Order: sequence, then structure tokens, then C-alpha cells
Amino acid sequence: MEGWDPNTKSTLTQIPLLTTKAGPRDGAAWTTRLKEEYKALIAYTQMNKSNDNDWFRISAANPEGTRWTGKCWYVHNLLKYEFDLQFDIPVTYPSTAPELELPQLDGKTQKMYRGGKICLTVHFKPLWAKNCPRFGIAHALCLGLAPWLAAEVPVLVDSGMIKHKDDATSTSES
Amino acid sequence: MEAELKEMLNDLDSIKQSLPDPSNLASSILKLQSRVEHLTKLAKSAPVRRTKVQDMSAEVVDSNPYSRLMALQRMGIVDNYERIRELSVAIVGIGGVGSVAAEMLTRLFFRPEQVGMTKTDAASQTLSDINPDVVLESFTMNITTVQGFETFMSSLRNKSFRPNKEGSGVDLVLSCVDNYEARMAVNQACNELNQTWMESGVSEDAVSGHIQLLIPGETACFACAPPLVVASGVDERTLKREGVCAASFTYYHEAFFPLSTDRHNLGVVAGLSSAKYAEVTATFWTCGYNSLKDFFPTMEMRPNPQCSNAACLERQKEYLLVKPARDAAIRAKMEAEALLVPEGPLHTDNEWNISVEDDTEPERTDATSSDALPEGLTRELPTADEFQKIPCHRTSHDNF
Repeated sequence: MEGWDPNTKSTLTQIPLLTTKAGPRDGAAWTTRLKEEYKALIAYTQMNKSNDNDWFRISAANPEGTRWTGKCWYVHNLLKYEFDLQFDIPVTYPSTAPELELPQLDGKTQKMYRGGKICLTVHFKPLWAKNCPRFGIAHALCLGLAPWLAAEVPVLVDSGMIKHKDDATSTSES
Repeated sequence: MEAELKEMLNDLDSIKQSLPDPSNLASSILKLQSRVEHLTKLAKSAPVRRTKVQDMSAEVVDSNPYSRLMALQRMGIVDNYERIRELSVAIVGIGGVGSVAAEMLTRLFFRPEQVGMTKTDAASQTLSDINPDVVLESFTMNITTVQGFETFMSSLRNKSFRPNKEGSGVDLVLSCVDNYEARMAVNQACNELNQTWMESGVSEDAVSGHIQLLIPGETACFACAPPLVVASGVDERTLKREGVCAASFTYYHEAFFPLSTDRHNLGVVAGLSSAKYAEVTATFWTCGYNSLKDFFPTMEMRPNPQCSNAACLERQKEYLLVKPARDAAIRAKMEAEALLVPEGPLHTDNEWNISVEDDTEPERTDATSSDALPEGLTRELPTADEFQKIPCHRTSHDNF
């Protein structure tokens, strides 16, 4: 965890850790894991709100809890940029991390795999692997997506690849 | 071709006009005209060739087939990739080896006119053009999602080609994917289906690679050993090179990189895995290849009795049950073969006392004796479970 800012570190320590090692094909154990996921997500969201740093909404899009959709946003130069966020829980979860997708940014940055999957390889995957099964979706957002947005959104805005929705002339942007 | 057809149309027109009474010939000329027009249309829709790329740029876009090569330059694997354009190669013979060499140097497999197609569709198109006798089935899906995984499993179970085959519908699975998640999904499926498979990979700087034969229960599964970053605690950033984002490699049309060391090494790895399959004897389970040092470590990997994959543990139990019978059968077969060999000396005199010695390694029965690693490899972690040995030592001391 060297190289991470103290803020992220202290936030991370307050997100409840998970205990059940179960994936979507594990039946009842998966239900237990899902409950733990929600507990961690709720705790993290509440923490963000109390720190005036609310930055995402996410919920399961199917009853099995294998597909998740929502929104995330990032404030740059006092302007809020909002993106759709989606991901699937892989069958080998939690041995492998979910691949977070921002479909609207597909093709706009090199730091992304096809389909809008953000690159987590260097800054996040090793952390996830070392902390399996204690890390969950909330940790993935905190340590995977948040730093990616902080690094990429300013670059995308400054290079003109994305425009704020008030400035955008076409509806295809933002 | 287009210009010629246009000229032909003009000629037909002038013939029609120069005829004093066109009524007789008009219909046949009109037919000819429409045929030529049809041909012109066909000529226009024929595959267009990609125009030559003036500068080899590192920009990662659909239209740039060289971005992966330029990434290798950025990593310092090659000094100047542009120089490849000043070099030429003579290939003598264009058969089994020559055609593969030519293929690697130019990328014949995916063609420029296939841009926009999925790689699976383009591949099955090309492959069925090359050999219509091969039955191909292609899927495009993410095998790590619940739905994709189910489709993957049922495609492996599907026995439409060989209804009488035992187990799954395929004899071997070759894993040629580029990420950990997909490898783990293949591992899961093959462990559950008790399916022999081969794993392959090439490092991001394209100078080394590995292949591994995985027989569920008998050899280590992909989850038996944790990834290096977990086992050793090293920071992955130290393993990667500055300024290189993993995503930028695979982002667009990674299949379109010609003339690269990458292709060469992939060729070594792909060739090895097919060769290994052909051999099937499989005396070594895992091997790596480093093209910079031309170093070829091989090792045998036993399954981990504490593997985190439940299906792997089940297969291990099954294997232990069938192992004695299998070993006995092999021994019986060898003895039977030994009996067939006629007795008596091959040579009557042996002036120089030449003797043939057995070069097979003695069979290792316990875990400790197989601890030796091939040359050039070191262990990252201390040997586990040492506490179990302590009582043994004590009793042996007591006996003294």
C-alpha cells in the first residue's frame, strides 16, 4: 500500500472487510457474500456522504446479484462529470476482481480495455489478489475506480475528449 | 480491371450506334451491356487493399497495425522498429516451415479486409478457406461472466461431432487468452469437466513465454499456486516497465501486428503447445522460454493439496483412487513388452567395456526429494509445513 495517499488509506481501513469466500455459482454461500457486499457498500457510501465526498451509486441489476449498474462522477475544475458504471461478477469471484466498465468512455482513452473496461492491472489487481476474499465491490470502487477517475478525467477533459454536459452541443457527450 | 470494363462498355455503345438497323443485334448487345455493368459492380465490391502505412506510429487506433510493435520499442526490447523496413529476408521453400515463417513475417491469418469483424468470425472464415475439411464452431463471448461461462461449459460438453466420446466433447482445450480472469475461468471449467488443457502465455515485453499442461487431479491446476505478486509480495510495478499500460496493448486489433518478435515468440509458444499435444507423452509439465537468454526451464508441478479450487481437490481425490490401478497397468504393460524382447547378448564381445546406463530419473515418491528446482530458478517463499517434520526428527534422534 506504499504510495497511496493517507486519505484513501484511512477510508479503506474503515470499509468493513468481507469473510465469505463465495462466487455467483456457490448457491447459499453467494447469498451470504452478497449481504456482506451490501453491508460494505452501505458503510462506504455513508462514509463518503459524511465526508462530503459522495461519488457513486451502484446496485445489483438482477436478482442473482451478478450484474451491477449505476453511476459515478468526478469533480474537475468545479464541474461535475458523470458516467454510467457497470460490471459483472466473474464466475471465479472473489479470486478474480470484477472488471469495472465505463461504457461511455470506450475508445476515448488508452487506459481501457475494449468495451470500456478500465485498466486495473497495475494499481489494483495485485492488492485485490493479496486481500482475497476480504476485499469486495466497495474496495474495488475505492482502490480501483476512484484513482482511475482522478488520473484520467482531468486528462480527458483537458484534451477535449470529454465535455461537460452544459458545454456539450450534441447529446452523445457526457 | 475497372478501366478495362469501362472501355468495353464504350466499345459496346459505339457498336450499337454504328449499326444501321440495330433491331436484330440490339437485344444481344443490351445483354452484353448489362453483363459488363454487373461485372463493374462486382469489381467495385471486391476486397480493397489496405494502403501502405507511411510512418510507423505508436498511436493505439483501429487503423494502426503497428502500435504493439512501437510499444515494444518503448519498452526497450528493440532500439528502432522502423529499421525493419530496411531489412529483407529470403525464404527458401514455402512448405510446412516456410509458410509458417512467411505467415509470421507478414500476418496472413487476419486480412485487412476483415477489419471490423470479430476475431473469431475472421478466423473461422480464413481457416475454412484454407481447409474446408476442418469443422469449425466459433463463439464470441466473455467467459468470465455467469452467462458466458455457462455457454462455454455447454460448448465443451457438446458432443455433436463425436456422440460416443466419454467425458466432454473435446479432447483438449488450448488456453490462448491474455488475462488472469479468463485463465481462471478456463481452469474452473476444465476442473469441473475433468478436461485436460494447456495454458500458454507470452510476457508483455514479448521476450518470454510459458506453456503448461494441466491434467485435473494429476498435475497442478492454475489456482494451485498463487500468482507471483501474492506469493512473493513483490510490487507488480517493479515487474512492469514505466509508461506501459497493459490496456493499451490489447485495446484495438491486437491481432494485426506484423513483423514482430512478438509473433516470433508467440510462434515458439504456439508451436510448442501443438508439438506437445502431438507428442502427448508429456514428460515435462511446465516450461518457459526466454528468447533473450534462449533459456528453457522446465519443471513438473504436482497439484496443491490445499488448492483453493474445490473442483481441483475433488479431481485430486479421484486421481489418488485410480492411481494404483493405473500404475499397475503401466507396469504390467512394460513387463509384457520386456518379455517380448528376445534374450541373449546383442554383441558377443565388448572389448571396450561399453555399457548403457539408464538415464531416466529415479521416481520421486515424497515431496522433499522433488524440491530441487531446475537451473536458474529460485524459490520466492520458504518451504511450507516444516513444523510437521519436527516430531519425526525428534523420534529419530531418540532412537539414537
